[in-house]
Amino acid sequence: MVKVNLWGSLRSATGGLTEVEVDAKNTGEMLKALAEKYPALDEIIEGGVSVAIDGLIYKEAWFTPIRPDSEVVLMPYMKGG
Amino acid sequence: MVTEYKEGAAGTEYSKRDFKVVGTRPPRPDGVDKVTGRALFGADLTAPGMLHATILRSPHAHARIVSIDISGALALDGVKAVVTSNDFVKQGSSGNQDTLDNCMARGKVFYDGHAVAAVAAVSVKVANEALKLIKVEYEVLPHVTDVDAGMLDSAPVLHEGRKFRNIPEGNNANVSGYWEFGHGDTDAGFAKADIIVERSFKTAATHQGYIEPHATLATMGPDGRGEIWACTQGHYMVRDMAAAFVGMDTSQLRVTPSEIGGGFGGKTTVYLEPVALALAKKSGRPVKMVMTREEVFRASGPTTSSSTDVKIGMTKDGRITAGQAKLRYQGGAYPNITAMLGAMTAFAAYDLDAVQTLAWNVLTNRPKQAAYRAPGAPMAIYAVESVVDELCQKLDLDPIDVRLMNAAKKGTLSSYGPTFDEIGLVATLEAAKAHPHYAAPLGPNQGRGVSCGFWFNFAGNTSVSMGINEDGTVSVIEGNPDIGGSRASISMMAAEELGIPFDKVRTIVGDTNSIGFNDVTDGSRVTFSVGLATIKAARAAIKNMCGRAAQVWGIDADAVDWVDGAAVPMGHNAGEFPPMTLAEIAKDSAKTGGPIAGHHEVNADGAGVSFGVHLVDVEVDPETGFTEIKRYTVFQDAGKAIHPDYVEGQMQGGAVQGIGWALNEEYIYGEDGKLQNAGFLDYRIPVASDLPMIDAVILEIPNPGHPYGVRGVGETGIVPPLAAVANGVSHAAGVRMTELPMSPPRILAAIDGAK
Repeated sequence: MVKVNLWGSLRSATGGLTEVEVDAKNTGEMLKALAEKYPALDEIIEGGVSVAIDGLIYKEAWFTPIRPDSEVVLMPYMKGG
Repeated sequence: MVTEYKEGAAGTEYSKRDFKVVGTRPPRPDGVDKVTGRALFGADLTAPGMLHATILRSPHAHARIVSIDISGALALDGVKAVVTSNDFVKQGSSGNQDTLDNCMARGKVFYDGHAVAAVAAVSVKVANEALKLIKVEYEVLPHVTDVDAGMLDSAPVLHEGRKFRNIPEGNNANVSGYWEFGHGDTDAGFAKADIIVERSFKTAATHQGYIEPHATLATMGPDGRGEIWACTQGHYMVRDMAAAFVGMDTSQLRVTPSEIGGGFGGKTTVYLEPVALALAKKSGRPVKMVMTREEVFRASGPTTSSSTDVKIGMTKDGRITAGQAKLRYQGGAYPNITAMLGAMTAFAAYDLDAVQTLAWNVLTNRPKQAAYRAPGAPMAIYAVESVVDELCQKLDLDPIDVRLMNAAKKGTLSSYGPTFDEIGLVATLEAAKAHPHYAAPLGPNQGRGVSCGFWFNFAGNTSVSMGINEDGTVSVIEGNPDIGGSRASISMMAAEELGIPFDKVRTIVGDTNSIGFNDVTDGSRVTFSVGLATIKAARAAIKNMCGRAAQVWGIDADAVDWVDGAAVPMGHNAGEFPPMTLAEIAKDSAKTGGPIAGHHEVNADGAGVSFGVHLVDVEVDPETGFTEIKRYTVFQDAGKAIHPDYVEGQMQGGAVQGIGWALNEEYIYGEDGKLQNAGFLDYRIPVASDLPMIDAVILEIPNPGHPYGVRGVGETGIVPPLAAVANGVSHAAGVRMTELPMSPPRILAAIDGAK
């Protein structure tokens, strides 16, 4: 199982939780599991998110491995100038 | 000035090495072209039979389009085509549809200057005459241009019936985005504070102020194949958007980027290109479009304006116990994420047990905002750093010592979620404290401002290809328009990795058919991502060349190493052979297997965040309210500086744009919702004679995610100046300034108000 931290305003999609657990070995599995467990997250994930694993931010990288003890943070899709 | 590497930092990509080319300062490869006029910018290209197109723009801030009659324009001699929103394809995603609707209004106009129709004719004069013959019937609607007014229940609603995601109850229909970030118990944190300061701040919308207006030339043949020449930060983005908007396959549209006269984020979207393509399709002729400066101001993206409340608690000795920020941004008539980025960056410089940021994006009757260097961060950090400064002032504490005490470092849980890896904030603060600037005496009516700044930096989809030429030189193709010196830095990284001199490498920016896809040049991504791909493309070419040498020597390819630009046997067991140089291998390439090339395609990650600290001394004239920048020093964690001149230029440029934002620049709207200052005479950006030399101190804390330790440097420099200048002015004027720009009348009013 992987603990996933969510940004605060996603609380409404997870029944008030900002830390959830899902079974996943990489980012793609994690996103799929999140959408299945919390259907209200599906549209947000489909719209584009970033994932920080142990402090490193990934965008759209399904096969990035996640260790069970990794720090995983679901983040909004970000863009610079 | 460049500070050497810190020992001990290492990651999966980075390994410490001694550089021969990287870190030097060769002349810029685009310099001669630019000073002699040989460089071709957006408006420089012409084509046989070319038409000129101009755009009819809304005179109203908010109106329903009842009807558009183009018959008069079409009847004018010399007019070849007219387009309206009916000539474009409806989009599947709301984001693309918003961009298209911004290029050509559909149903409603949302701001003064919104495009309504476009005419292609034999000359600009005829096109402009034709615009006068287009009859548009408007139903004028109430408008709103202020962010706080836009949130009121009484505000006119821009997008009636449109449902935005995740908006909590209690917000009106103009709120298109809401975000929360943070951790810990802020109530408990504030209870521990000896002092709490709460302040509200406002910042004006500012324009990126690029010198070159948007310009494009489009062609479309009867075979359905199109070409676009455009001044843009991302020609693959232009291709994808323009093809989708006119309804053609991307493979049939080739986009070539021109030289670019500045972008700063403002050229990361499309305005003219799809319109020119639609007109070319309709007329069967090449169509050129060039915005006037007035159009650039009225209709291309400025950044957001903001209204922010900040509350920070501190103990007597300077420890921050809790921080909270409520950020309300407006970025015009369509949704955007700039407020979200403000909320994520506001407290990123601090190691806090309790922090909360809330952000709202509000739709208003202004142009659709575009990214501007570190979008969202400068205004958020301005508000936070102003309050930190005021706390230091009230507690009589040194502002750098307080920031050092609270600084984020490796292992800090960031205010936006993840835990920081190797970061350089403490190093930049220590460098600022030790710098002679910080100890220099101040004169009468002078004040010194300090601010930290932060930006994420991004990476993304990148393709690079390089050919090893038979004469021993190397041709590199990248796919990102060069807005900050990438042709120099990419050539330098290729030369470094291949072990050849810099002048043996030439890098060009290819068109969309030259190499694989590339994301837009944004997010300070290019030196990091394209550099990483270049190094790996070089390594692929080196592997190939080692194989050629192995063939010639009759040994295993695994027994060949690459040292100083030549293949060498790896140890005595491999045999005794003299080094075979790149030039020698290239010369015989046809005989050893054919052309030698390397390429690499990646969706890069690991860009590495960046921090900066700015010091500024200002002098405020109490009689006139005029502020003079007396001294300015930028300290930035830049990772490895590939070409330090360009890195320093980015740091200086960011500081200058931030100074303009702090002191002069603002979009001014009248009661009628019309922009009052759409020109550089009334919208004043700083020029060289306004400023002292900006000193730049580069700190090279290597990024573990890049083979050479590179971090992005293009955006962080604009983040601290708003607060640094505001803090300096507040000290010099003797009153806390809470609204930007700090124009002379505003400073005088604040001084008078404090008496």
